[in-house]
Amino acid sequence: MKITREEVRHVAKLARLDLTDAEVDRMTGQLDAILTYVAKLDELDTTGVVATTHTQQVVNAFRDDVVRPSLPREQALANGPEQNGESFVVPRVIG
Amino acid sequence: MEYSSLTLHEALGLLDGGQVSSVMLTESVLARIDAVEPTVQAYLALDRDGALRQAHQADQLRKNGQAGPLCGLPVAVKDVLCTTSMPTTCGSRMLEGFVAPYDATAVRRLTDAGAVLLGKLAMDEFAMGSTSENCAFKVPNNPWKPGYVAGGSSGGSAAAVAADECFASLGSDTGGSIRQPASLCGTVGMKPTYGRVSRYGLVAFASSLDQVGPLTKDVRDCALMMQVISGHDPLDSTSIDRPVPDYTSALQEGLKGMKIGIPREYFGQGLDPEVERSVREGIVMLKDAGAEIVEVTLPHTDYCVAVYYLIAPAEASSNLARYDGVRYGFRDRSASSLLEMYSRSRSKGFGDEVKRRILIGTYALSSGYYDAFYKKASQVRTLIKDDFARAFAACDLMVSPVTPTPAWPIGDKADDPLALYLSDILTLSANLAGIPGLSVPCGFNGEGLPIGLQLQAAHFDEEKLLRAAYNVELRAGLVGKKPSLA
Repeated sequence: MKITREEVRHVAKLARLDLTDAEVDRMTGQLDAILTYVAKLDELDTTGVVATTHTQQVVNAFRDDVVRPSLPREQALANGPEQNGESFVVPRVIG
Repeated sequence: MEYSSLTLHEALGLLDGGQVSSVMLTESVLARIDAVEPTVQAYLALDRDGALRQAHQADQLRKNGQAGPLCGLPVAVKDVLCTTSMPTTCGSRMLEGFVAPYDATAVRRLTDAGAVLLGKLAMDEFAMGSTSENCAFKVPNNPWKPGYVAGGSSGGSAAAVAADECFASLGSDTGGSIRQPASLCGTVGMKPTYGRVSRYGLVAFASSLDQVGPLTKDVRDCALMMQVISGHDPLDSTSIDRPVPDYTSALQEGLKGMKIGIPREYFGQGLDPEVERSVREGIVMLKDAGAEIVEVTLPHTDYCVAVYYLIAPAEASSNLARYDGVRYGFRDRSASSLLEMYSRSRSKGFGDEVKRRILIGTYALSSGYYDAFYKKASQVRTLIKDDFARAFAACDLMVSPVTPTPAWPIGDKADDPLALYLSDILTLSANLAGIPGLSVPCGFNGEGLPIGLQLQAAHFDEEKLLRAAYNVELRAGLVGKKPSLA
């Protein structure tokens, strides 16, 4: 086994996902198959190979730091599931 | 004749000649949608009134001599591109009802060119999938055989074009999501070079792989769409500042002087015999057009799926962390604490495939596994990229199948994620290497299902792709062949 039920639960917690017991069972099986498959990368010796995170030679794209109009508050809040016209509202954080 | 069955450039010719108005074209397409959409199921949102309003405006602009290059032509876009005039769901309950506060640059370029925006097209949730069955709202059907998949993740974009429900569409391609549905539905589909088209307003899946591109009825239409959507955008810091060539001038008959490579690894096990035969016929067409055919090798092909299914989920797990039920998207209202709200909202808002990829990605990036999975995959990505660089030193283009098989019945492969991942083997290396690729129809199988031919080129060699595809199209003679819908 490449991954256990406990590890799936741990990863789900890191990813902020609640999984039911049935989901944990199913995902453990599927993730195990996928991780077993990707382990074929171990056949390759990559010592000294530089990692590719980006395919184009892009450098930081800077622009001048000038004040410009930004998204109006009303529009920025428009898709909020809960908002009070000034900010997004969330369940109490500090007791 | 129905106007909706015309190609984009034919309709443009009629508009330019004053034989038809944009309102007439738009009404024709809307009537076509009414007739076939119950079967095809390509549209997640249709803006009937807005389309007719834009068509009236386009006719006015044309009268005033202010017509842009696509003025008055009705098009549609994959629901992964943000639009202010319609909701953007990404095929997910998570974004049901979300209306973006800005338009994606690719969409804005289309409407700035005068195109009429009809609606938003069905897709796999967050573009994760190869069949569009992961769409939370509807599953598009293959117009050539309803009940069969249209492919994915841009399944709605391919089905709508194939069914004449728009003159052209936009999709997005992270591992084949434009080319694969184009192949399965018998349309042209191009994934441009990474950075050629702005990703601003494209809901992010895997940021180092995602690219917006067109799906069209023929190669000339592809060139016309590419002309409009390509170019640098200050709002996307990964878009490349490089002049956009005149793509239609690349559409020349004959391929003399062009060297086209056959990557031997792309004709291996699991390739459907009818697909192989069709693609081999396509290769003969390229040869007949004057191209020199050579054999090339991409030795790390066998590792592409493994690399992709670590890197794409890793990037996705990071990108999709933004869906927390606070600023937009679904919120579970039963939660009493903030943490509970995050996890319940995400668990109810995301579908299975999205959860699966978030879990793989989180695992591959997590402490203790990062080196073994994400870093290792990124190193092998370098080897894959180097394979392409070596191959393109020996040829101008590469020719291959797009998918190992034609379309299959909806539901057939839904329970085996790994089997579906493996079917992406011929397309996802282009995304890993950042190169452009295109699917052009080259034949049909015995069941009447379309088969596409894939062409791949070096970075920014879209003109060569278009030229070769144009020559295949001329010889295959399939433009105008339509599915017998409704």
